[in-house]
Amino acid sequence: MIQVEKLCKRFGELEVLKGIHCHIQPQEVVCVIGASGSGKSTFLRCLNMLETMTSGDIVIDGDRLRDPRININDIRTEVGMVFQQFNLFPHKTVLENVMLAPIKVRKISKQDAEKKALALLEKVGIREKADNYPEQLSGGQKQRVAIARALAMEPKIMLFDEPTSALDPELVGEVLEVMKQLAHEGMTMVVVTHEMGFAREVGDRVLFMDGGIIEEEGDPEQIFTKPKSERTKEFLNKIL
Amino acid sequence: MIGRFDWAGVLDFLPELKTGLYYTLLISIVGLLIGFFLGAIFGLGRVSKNKFAYSISTIYIEIVRGSPVLIQAIWIFYALPLIIDFNLDSIVAGIIVIAINSGAYIAEIVRGAVESIEKGQMEAGRSLGLTRRQTMWHIIWPQALKRMIPPLGNQFIISIKDTSLLSVILVPELIFQSRNIAANHFNAVEIYTTVAVFYLAITLSLSLILRIVERRLNVN
Repeated sequence: MIQVEKLCKRFGELEVLKGIHCHIQPQEVVCVIGASGSGKSTFLRCLNMLETMTSGDIVIDGDRLRDPRININDIRTEVGMVFQQFNLFPHKTVLENVMLAPIKVRKISKQDAEKKALALLEKVGIREKADNYPEQLSGGQKQRVAIARALAMEPKIMLFDEPTSALDPELVGEVLEVMKQLAHEGMTMVVVTHEMGFAREVGDRVLFMDGGIIEEEGDPEQIFTKPKSERTKEFLNKIL
Repeated sequence: MIGRFDWAGVLDFLPELKTGLYYTLLISIVGLLIGFFLGAIFGLGRVSKNKFAYSISTIYIEIVRGSPVLIQAIWIFYALPLIIDFNLDSIVAGIIVIAINSGAYIAEIVRGAVESIEKGQMEAGRSLGLTRRQTMWHIIWPQALKRMIPPLGNQFIISIKDTSLLSVILVPELIFQSRNIAANHFNAVEIYTTVAVFYLAITLSLSLILRIVERRLNVN
């Protein structure tokens, strides 16, 4: 589903990604962990070209992102993203947030978009807030709306960029619950997270990033109980 | 002191002052409407990734902001007709002056407001597959517009007062009328004070309207 080869990204002098290799299978849930500054968010943002890679190659569902004939907007309709800061549109209601892209990009009718949006809001357990504005919601509710908004485009892949890091601790669970449900339905997911419990329980594979490379990857059970790399051990000791 | 002035005499000149008020309002309203469109276009040019749009917008803004309105008026009324070989009516010239001048300042207001919208908004729009233009139109612009209101109000008031300089290009607005009256009847203090009250009435009503609009928009 996703093939990443020798992915490098630099910001001026700063080399953030130093050659990432990674293949992600359909329906796989990959959790990316690592200290801040290790490049995990940049890696994720390269996958939908919110950051343009400096060198290397990314293939998403058969489309090479470097191919100049590729329309990045088409790729992005297949790759949903959920942000740490939610980034809901504050001037639109919850329902309008979810309906906007299907109407403008997929060109579906307003009635169909509304029907679908309401169904998605139902799914993330927040249908009763459809007519509210984002500022009237709690952080957990906002993030669930953001997930519904991304799902409205019917993406094949979902990217999560630290989706629970901006939440009060008691609100983390409701967001993880929705993500877990999504994983069980077979969504291909790449999740940058500090929630080790989630990575362990839901992840099919864990990537540990350090200094712009994937230092270690493997089955969550193995990574968390028998890490091979010293750097992984050090990191896990600090946070667990 | 007050007794030495002939305030009641001002009433005799109300017809002229009414004409002046009409032109002041006409030029302010039409000029600012066009100025707002210019400001929106060149302001978006300033935040555009297109080098050409950016350069043109920057040159326009810098020239207008860097030169006095009075000289802009003289250029447009006296010099521009020689270049385009077409005589401009002073009222049309006046409207152009206010439009071009306010447009440059409004462009900077637009740029500031657009840049003040969190980066995540553009990213969220783009990540959903919207184009940059669609994101700008549906997501950034409506939010920016709201933030523009206070500085726009400020600029509207400045531009309304700038119309007073258009008397040099013979626009029959309030100051032009006052000068004619005062020159013939030696009542400059009375006339200009009256006219100042006219300006205050315009700017205070505008402030009031803006405050209502602001309050309306903040409700949700």
